[in-house]
Amino acid sequence: MRFVFKTSYDADIQLFKHRAQAVWYALLLLLVLATPLYFFVIGDAYLLGEITGVLILAIAGMGLMLLTGHTGLPSLGHATFMALGCYLNINLLGAGVPWLIAFPLSGLIAGVLGTMIALPVLRLHGVYLALATLAMSMLTSDFVVIAEPWTGGIAGAAVPDINIFGAEINRYANPYKFYYVVLFVAILLVWFYRNLLRTPTGRSFTAIRDSEISARAMGINLTRTKAMSFFLSATAAGLAGALFGHSAGYVTNETFDLVMSITLLLMIVIGGLGFIHGAFFGAIVVGIIPVAIANGRSFLATTFDVNINVPGLESALFAFILVCFILFEPMGLYGRWLKIRTYFELFPFYRKDMFKRQKSYLKTDRVQ
Amino acid sequence: MSLLEIDNVTLRFGGLVAVDNVSLKVNEGEVFALVGPNGAGKSTIFNLISRFYDPAGGSIKFDGHDLLKNTADEVPSFGIARTFQNIELFEQATVLQNLLVGRHRHRKTGMLSNIVFSPKAYREELRHRAAVEEVIDFLNLQAYRDKYIGGLPYGVRKVVELGRALASEPKLLLLDEPASGLSVEETQDMAFWIEDIQTQMGISVMMVEHDMGLVSAVSNRVMALSDGKELATGTASEVQSHPAVIEAYLGTGEISKTGTSRA
Ligand SMILES: Nc1ncnc2c1ncn2[C@@H]1O[C@H](COP(=O)(O)OP(=O)(O)OP(=O)(O)O)[C@@H](O)[C@H]1O
Ligand SMILES: [Mg+2]
Repeated sequence: MRFVFKTSYDADIQLFKHRAQAVWYALLLLLVLATPLYFFVIGDAYLLGEITGVLILAIAGMGLMLLTGHTGLPSLGHATFMALGCYLNINLLGAGVPWLIAFPLSGLIAGVLGTMIALPVLRLHGVYLALATLAMSMLTSDFVVIAEPWTGGIAGAAVPDINIFGAEINRYANPYKFYYVVLFVAILLVWFYRNLLRTPTGRSFTAIRDSEISARAMGINLTRTKAMSFFLSATAAGLAGALFGHSAGYVTNETFDLVMSITLLLMIVIGGLGFIHGAFFGAIVVGIIPVAIANGRSFLATTFDVNINVPGLESALFAFILVCFILFEPMGLYGRWLKIRTYFELFPFYRKDMFKRQKSYLKTDRVQ
Repeated sequence: MSLLEIDNVTLRFGGLVAVDNVSLKVNEGEVFALVGPNGAGKSTIFNLISRFYDPAGGSIKFDGHDLLKNTADEVPSFGIARTFQNIELFEQATVLQNLLVGRHRHRKTGMLSNIVFSPKAYREELRHRAAVEEVIDFLNLQAYRDKYIGGLPYGVRKVVELGRALASEPKLLLLDEPASGLSVEETQDMAFWIEDIQTQMGISVMMVEHDMGLVSAVSNRVMALSDGKELATGTASEVQSHPAVIEAYLGTGEISKTGTSRA
């Protein structure tokens, strides 16, 4: 068990709670920086591409996590913001804007447009907001078709390569460089996210999540703050969308569909709502499941000569996993990890109900 | 000088007149208590001051500002902080984070400098921490600083809510039943804190409370309400012995008469 002695206010403001934690994260950073080396040595970058895909999902997941996990606003329409970012990026690049400007700009414009779309529905709560964003997501494909001059419509659009000071980066031709570009964006966003959470802006988000009435009584403007969260969230999703485009190489009206929106929401719930880690854990699960299913399929086919070809197996499996999580581990994978860690830290004093949510103080139980 | 002035304020919920033409003044530096039976409209008056409701008529002025011209989230900026009858804390945050939200009205940095954690944001954060630390010391919350609200006992939550209001360094503190659900010792502590808040911090206090012991101990003036109407205003003992107040607490005049004749 570790006792953290706080000797100054800095202890609560710094990014890491204690030296050991900083060391762990430094090791993790080294690991992700060195990962391409392994694939370089074995000479097969296929899996690195999958890992890059997981990172892109995690970036979109962070966007949704900020909105849903930290501000308490559910969205079933984040694929729409990804689409915005992706097509903006394609068009800006097509207009000759350098990637280093086009990429962040497409994120920011997606953020602004996203906020404008969201403003009318921000007054809605819970399931109504979810339905409004769901409707938005259902319309996205139609809008992509309507906006054919910019999106290529049903035929689709090719995504130009990334170009940083003359260095061309293509997902297939330069998988290592592409990985580092995505990794850099992911790490930068994690840093921004952490900063947000330790300063007044982030605290006003979580305040709204936990009690709108008290947030207002503390001077937090609900509409402005929710719009701010939406802006940041849609910006991150837009950036993820732009990267997703680079990773896919070609996008059509079916790329950013409802299933993607739903997958994003599933991802952060499975990963753990309200934790940045949750976006990454969830993205890993979402990235692993298709690979696992494919491997399982070929394993069954080769060893037992059984051919399973059920359409929609992946979605069904996702749904099943989600239901299990909501039933057995509402805090998500990250919550499970916290419990395991606490178990070992406190061994043998861990109590089973340590992380149990207090039920006796629910508003309905309180005496007036 | 009066800090808060409520003039002829009326609020209806459908057919129910929750606050009926009430006028009151809270003077600078005083502890003003609102008492009355359940459903008298006490919390509703707080919610009117917080601008959660729009009154049907009347005016609410605070420190020279017309509160009716402002929205709920602008009220704290004038120096009004409050607690809730049913504790409204941010449950999935720690005590420290809750108190820091109380500092919201003093923030000077915006979203951008927060995101990049600019030196200015860092210095501001240090200042907020120092201010919150004073509140933690004052209310003896050190042991709970990093605990999540979800796991705290009821009594501690009440104190944290008081702390969150204090962290905003208000001029007027609205306390809705600060002692309800507290043990005798905890109520005792609450009384000392309210005294200190008044005398040492110079903060005016308006509180709703059913515990007449606490009301008599700390308040300078008391107003009794029933069915949204003012019954009497004065010192605690004056109000307690006022016939209309006795009547309201005992029910109709009939019952109180039969009550006394039997005794
Ligand atoms: N949002 C609301 N909608 C409808 N009626 C309400 C609402 N809030 C309060 N009331 C009614 O207004 C009246 C006054 O309520 P209020 O909460 O102000 O009473 P109170 O004096 O605080 O009582 P208590 O001591 O029980 O807290 C009650 O009859 C209550 O039922
Ligand atoms: Mg009340």
